[in-house]
Amino acid sequence: MARQIYQAIVDGILVGGVYALMAVGLTLIFGVLDIINIAQGVLVILGAYLSYTLSVRIHLDLFLGLLITVPAMFVIGVVIQWAFIRRLRGRERTSMTLLVTYAVALIIEGILYEIYGPNPKQLNASYVQSSLHVFGFYLSYIYLYGFALALVLIAAIYALLYRTMFGRSVRATMQDHTAARLIGIEVNRVAALTFGVGVAVTAAGGMMFGATNAFNPNSGYDLISRLLAIIILGGLGSIGGALAASVFMLTLESLVTIWSPEWAIVVFYAALVLVLLIRPTGFFGRQPVRAQ
Amino acid sequence: MRSHPVWLSRHNLALSAAAVLSACLVAACSSGGSSSSTGNTSTSSPANTKPILIGASLSLTGDFSADGQAFQKGYQLWAADVNSSGGLLGRQVQLKILNDNSSPTQVQTNYQTLFASDKVDLAFGPFSSLLTTPSASVAARYGYAMIEGAGGAPSVFASPANQSAHNIFDVSLPIEDELIPFVNWVASLPPGQRPKTAAYPMADDPFADPPVQLAQSRLKALGVKTVYSKIFPAENASYKPAADQVAATGAQAVVLGSTDVPTVAAFMQAFEQQHYNPKMFICAAGPDQGAAFTSAVGKSNATGMMVPNGWYPGYQNAASQKMVQDYVAKYGGSPSDINADVAEGYAVGQVAAQAVTATKGTNNAKIISYLHSGVTLSSVQGPVRFDNFGKNSSAAAFTFQWQQQGAAYNQILPVSTAGSVAVINPKPNWTS
Repeated sequence: MARQIYQAIVDGILVGGVYALMAVGLTLIFGVLDIINIAQGVLVILGAYLSYTLSVRIHLDLFLGLLITVPAMFVIGVVIQWAFIRRLRGRERTSMTLLVTYAVALIIEGILYEIYGPNPKQLNASYVQSSLHVFGFYLSYIYLYGFALALVLIAAIYALLYRTMFGRSVRATMQDHTAARLIGIEVNRVAALTFGVGVAVTAAGGMMFGATNAFNPNSGYDLISRLLAIIILGGLGSIGGALAASVFMLTLESLVTIWSPEWAIVVFYAALVLVLLIRPTGFFGRQPVRAQ
Repeated sequence: MRSHPVWLSRHNLALSAAAVLSACLVAACSSGGSSSSTGNTSTSSPANTKPILIGASLSLTGDFSADGQAFQKGYQLWAADVNSSGGLLGRQVQLKILNDNSSPTQVQTNYQTLFASDKVDLAFGPFSSLLTTPSASVAARYGYAMIEGAGGAPSVFASPANQSAHNIFDVSLPIEDELIPFVNWVASLPPGQRPKTAAYPMADDPFADPPVQLAQSRLKALGVKTVYSKIFPAENASYKPAADQVAATGAQAVVLGSTDVPTVAAFMQAFEQQHYNPKMFICAAGPDQGAAFTSAVGKSNATGMMVPNGWYPGYQNAASQKMVQDYVAKYGGSPSDINADVAEGYAVGQVAAQAVTATKGTNNAKIISYLHSGVTLSSVQGPVRFDNFGKNSSAAAFTFQWQQQGAAYNQILPVSTAGSVAVINPKPNWTS
């Protein structure tokens, strides 16, 4: 039994890294724009398809492919923000953005069905199926690389937020849109670039999801509720919180799977409710941010 | 601080509405449209020009989209074949297919629309047992026969609506018995070659569990020890923890209650990562989906994977061979790429055609009565004969296996049946 528990913990941590990659963009976008991007799940799948295309068409390694897919997704993110979200203002803005991002998800899903069809795909590379033998456990390389990638990307986002002028603008905007505008920050530009960065990070999450799961254009809808639960638990807008919550939730789910896989998903959401009862802002959420 | 003039709200609303409308347009285009007609051509006599309108709801998007679109091809191939040979009773057939997005709620709305608004002449079933049960109850209310090919779970036949109306007719193999040829084959092996242990992970789905649970009880009676038997949610964040638990048991046989390719692919990947290769690996569904399966798991890794079904592209049946030729001519690829759902859809059309011809019309009460008369009908999947609750009691149960590095999808069981080739046992090691 002890071995099963260790294995479950290892699995939970590694799978949690994959989910962190998918959730970071969502929480970043929420932190700055104050909107829930319902299209995040489909954007993950779009990232997976971009990696798939590069892998199949020009045999580009999955991680090297990120050098192309991350900038491509950044551009897509900026375009989505410019075309659909920029003009939404007023009291209904939050509800309108839910509707608009859902529409964006439908558009992307429809285009993906048109291009790739409904049959599931999976990303492949030599390290996707192979594993490292450590202390009697097999740790798959793809999950190890994915976890490392999550740490690197989160560190990079922290550096962007805390070591650059752009980051200062973003943080100022996160704290107070109006005050940021008053001190000369181009809030609309910051919003567009932040949305772009959030979607760009999702390219990495998409690649990891596609390498560890078979996917088709519809696969994103199963993800969004879990990603929302993760960023709420981590603290809306908290990058590190997304990683912590991902690892916590997936480890918990993995442990429950030992005894009852059916209950694992119940425990996943029950844990969210319990934590929020004790700490309504999640692990790392800040009340002032939400008080805007 | 964030109050804005009213016009902005209207502007936002307009923008949102435009975005949703365009999204719906793209979704509708991508799914092949919410309705389609196939081969509807005019005929000379006014009495013969009114086509027979057949309504169906299929999962063209959503979780079952790969199966739903394959089913659509099956329906359309059948309709095209019928129309090219003069139609039914001299009338062309026209399909009206609505997309249910794999939703048990939407499927009811769709059939309601087909019956109440479109007033279709006949109804063909949706994909999966999960959607067939609610659909058939709507059909029962309107007095329609629900001829279907993918609702073979015991819960479908036992539904209160069907117990009362007897309007479900499943042309395919009842899924509860699907794994019996596999169990019989294990029983036929010398004791030293039988698996000593088996694992039974199952998706929470009315299609996936019954055959696996029956196989488990039969194998247990043969002395095969159960080392894992758990049901996991159909919507899963990651199959890796459950698959790793199975791998840790070291079971010699894995009987996976799967509903789709992604589930099977996730288990295969986790097993390979854990350097665990069961001697026997059979899945309730997934490996039967032709190219959809091999493209996800890789052809070489597919070798040795087994799946029960009632049809395969090499099936020695004249109508089946013609359908395979027509499919390849229309959609390309090779016969082994064809999803078994195509044959199930095609068989639905064939059975409906024979009923319409025999009853000389589209009166559903007469069709229901005819299909329950004990008559044996023919289809690309073999003979069809319905029992009192619409199960196909004549369906043949086969087991198939991917062989030759994933290049061939062969019938292997029952061993003595024509067309069966030697079983690859034990399953080769993972090779990716």
